[in-house]
Amino acid sequence: MEAYHGHGKEKESQDLPRVLLFKPPPDFHLFGDECFSSNKFKFLKAWESPLPLDQFLKTHAQSVEAILSSGGAPVTAETLRLMPAVRLVMTTSAGLNHVDIAECRRRGITVANAGNVFSEDVADLAVGLLIDLLRNISASDRFVKQWLRPRQAAEGDCYSLGIGSKLGGKRVGIVGLGSIGSLVAKRLDAFGCSISYNSRTKKPSVSYPFYSNVCELAANCDILIICCGLTAETHHMINKQVLSALGKEGVVINIGRGPIIDEQELVRCLVQGEIKGAGLDVFENEPDVPKELLALDNVVLSPHCAVFTWETFKDRQKLVVENLEAFFSNKPLLTKIVDND
Amino acid sequence: MDNNSNNIIVLMVCPVSNYLEQEIEKSFKVFKLWHFEDKEQFINTHKDSIQAVVGSAAAGADAELIESLPKLEIVATCSVGLDKIDLARCKEKGIRVANTPDVLTDDVADLAIGLILAVLRRICESDRYVRSGEWKKGEFKMTTKFTGKSVGILGMGRIGTVIAKRAEAFDCIIGYNSRTEKPNLNYKYYPNLIDLASNCQILVVACSLTEETQHIVNRQVINALGPKGVLINIGRGLLVDEHELVSALLQGRLGGAGLDVFEHEPDVPEELIGLENVVLLPHVASATVETRKAMADLVVGNLQAHFGKKPLLTPVV
Repeated sequence: MEAYHGHGKEKESQDLPRVLLFKPPPDFHLFGDECFSSNKFKFLKAWESPLPLDQFLKTHAQSVEAILSSGGAPVTAETLRLMPAVRLVMTTSAGLNHVDIAECRRRGITVANAGNVFSEDVADLAVGLLIDLLRNISASDRFVKQWLRPRQAAEGDCYSLGIGSKLGGKRVGIVGLGSIGSLVAKRLDAFGCSISYNSRTKKPSVSYPFYSNVCELAANCDILIICCGLTAETHHMINKQVLSALGKEGVVINIGRGPIIDEQELVRCLVQGEIKGAGLDVFENEPDVPKELLALDNVVLSPHCAVFTWETFKDRQKLVVENLEAFFSNKPLLTKIVDND
Repeated sequence: MDNNSNNIIVLMVCPVSNYLEQEIEKSFKVFKLWHFEDKEQFINTHKDSIQAVVGSAAAGADAELIESLPKLEIVATCSVGLDKIDLARCKEKGIRVANTPDVLTDDVADLAIGLILAVLRRICESDRYVRSGEWKKGEFKMTTKFTGKSVGILGMGRIGTVIAKRAEAFDCIIGYNSRTEKPNLNYKYYPNLIDLASNCQILVVACSLTEETQHIVNRQVINALGPKGVLINIGRGLLVDEHELVSALLQGRLGGAGLDVFEHEPDVPEELIGLENVVLLPHVASATVETRKAMADLVVGNLQAHFGKKPLLTPVV
């Protein structure tokens, strides 16, 4: 019975199916309010109401069939209980740890994510962080810009920050050979690295050596790249033993999730020189970063922005709209994780 | 091999590395030019005994030096670039020249890609964003995707070829400009550099510096690359009109730049220091432990070959 519309809608739009948005997607601010628009559905914007969320849902969202979760807005069992008509949860992320998947399954709700739309960008950043780390790019840029002129070639090696390390010929261990991990492998292969991996299961079509145990992978590589998702099993998977196996000459790159690595242990290893360096886009308690890392030149720090490219945001908008339109037309979704049709 | 090779005098014209000095000293007597305040006087005193000159990208053997060393037999540079050596004069006088190609190709190519990613994905800027505490105040800004972009390579030699192969792994579209078209390459050849710049988003300068290529990347090329374009220079500073580059960046006529080399190293144009869309490196494209050792070994190997009357390992002249 409610007549809650977004602003500026025409009479026809009253008939359009609605998609619940908890909070404004970052895309609205960057691209304008119409970037997820469609003539096949309209948005129910929870943040525009003065009501607290649970009341808002009880009052206005009883017949809403789809939720679009952006910016990691959690979709909990409690939320789903308040929205009995929901049949689809669509998230703008690839990660799903903010969605209660088990509850969705129980309720027969289809879950769809942004699929592989970011994979290239995330893989590119993994490579960018790695080259930066081995070749001191951020440290050198900082050095040049702070001191106005590169240091004069002095006696001894010509560079005060410490000479770099060659990438070619190094052994790369990829943890999680999914969409992102495969793209990282393809890129580093071209740099003359030798690739091996650890994954939940061995991939039969892949010729890279497989290690069933991440510790063994670490013992046999110079560069460990974390490309897997965060689950109960992968939480703190990169621990003291793994870092010790990686060793003094080893480096780690994390573009997965912060809690996959035991951050305290990682910091200790870096400070004490038990591993050589790290490139990190993710942390356990973002945006907090252990202060010990801020003083190190052998780490490259990135503010969880591996997917922040104009191109990928546009591709993702297109994907989200196409998925929602397919849902409301009873057509197959492009990227679904849990199929409860 | 001459058993008295320890009597052969090698003049190092600039510091390179402790390792190189130690290795040369194992077989030769070394003079280090930078130890002497009055370089002219030093050369005058020792000119009749110096038989070899060792240089680098920073300094080599110009006409003046060559003319002042009548016993000079070989110039060995710890670099692949030859722009600091008067090759014509060496040829004329029968002086051998050797450089260090191939061993540094991968590292230089890696740095070119590293610079592209650093500029497009704002990696250095975002590292500063974290270190300064800015991340606590809000999300970082949007950046530009690298995969699939069009990359133009100026100079399809050893280094250019390897850069192209790496960019291909990112599904980039490759075009190039070179003195001549290379057979059997799957990339589009642009006989005109301005055309290449108009048709790519990232232009990588990877050619050698000669009289003909000085300032080859000029105002027109930079304008053709455009406000969304990125210039990467891992060649030599003088290949780019630095004054035009700075003005284009300040005026937004060029989108960004990643520079390892400058016209007057170690000086870097002050105007570039404050620009976040520019990444500046102190000429480190071959600066890895592995490669610097390989380069030094090649220099020593060339010296030993020459004075042992064997063929040079990597002759230029």
